Amino acid sequence: MSADIKFDQVLDAKGLSCPLPILKTKKAVETLAKDQVLKVETTDPGSKNDMASWAKRTGNEILKVDEGSGTFTFYIKKSA
Amino acid sequence: MAQKKMTIIASKGTLDMAYPPLILATTAAAMDVDVTIFFTFYGLEIIKKDNADRLKVSPLGNPAMPMPMPIPTLVSSLPGMEAMATAMMKSMCKKHGVASIGTLLDLAKESGVKLIACQMTMDLFGYKKESIVDGVEVGGAASWLDIAADSQINLFI
Repeated sequence: MSADIKFDQVLDAKGLSCPLPILKTKKAVETLAKDQVLKVETTDPGSKNDMASWAKRTGNEILKVDEGSGTFTFYIKKSA
Repeated sequence: MAQKKMTIIASKGTLDMAYPPLILATTAAAMDVDVTIFFTFYGLEIIKKDNADRLKVSPLGNPAMPMPMPIPTLVSSLPGMEAMATAMMKSMCKKHGVASIGTLLDLAKESGVKLIACQMTMDLFGYKKESIVDGVEVGGAASWLDIAADSQINLFI
């Protein structure tokens, strides 16, 4: 936890199921400037793979994924 | 990377079958895919005004539907069973954070998903353009084929 990633915006997508975490992430990333970082928190177990696919397809970069007990925290850098 | 294109034919108008086209369409749009949904036959129910959140699901003829207890087919046909199954699915969706059909339809429109209503089915069922939600174009098989021929993904649901 020492090397925490700096982020510019937080999105709470906990409790939401597919496809809402992706849709909300897309919307939030659109409000960022290039190279800014969005922190997204989810509880949807499918979001781990889905977020990776979404990022690959849209050309954004997932800097880090933290897995907690039933939660996932993504740090996404707007790269496109 | 050239923009990918996808079309979906939405042909079913039950609560359960309205989900796949809208989930895939909104997700594809979020992944920078250019999406078109062609609503035909019962799929038109999804885009009738004020109808998206009134779609129903029936256990009748749907043996795969999970129920709290096994329900004989004859019982499924009784009055109130459809309403019960619909209420059950809606409460399940709410509990699991699944968006309503109305919300997904709004999100689809908001994210630029192109919606086309099948002219022939509208005429067949006697639906007027005014009874369909705003922002929907009307077209026929050729309209869909024209877009589908240039799309990488074409689904019939």
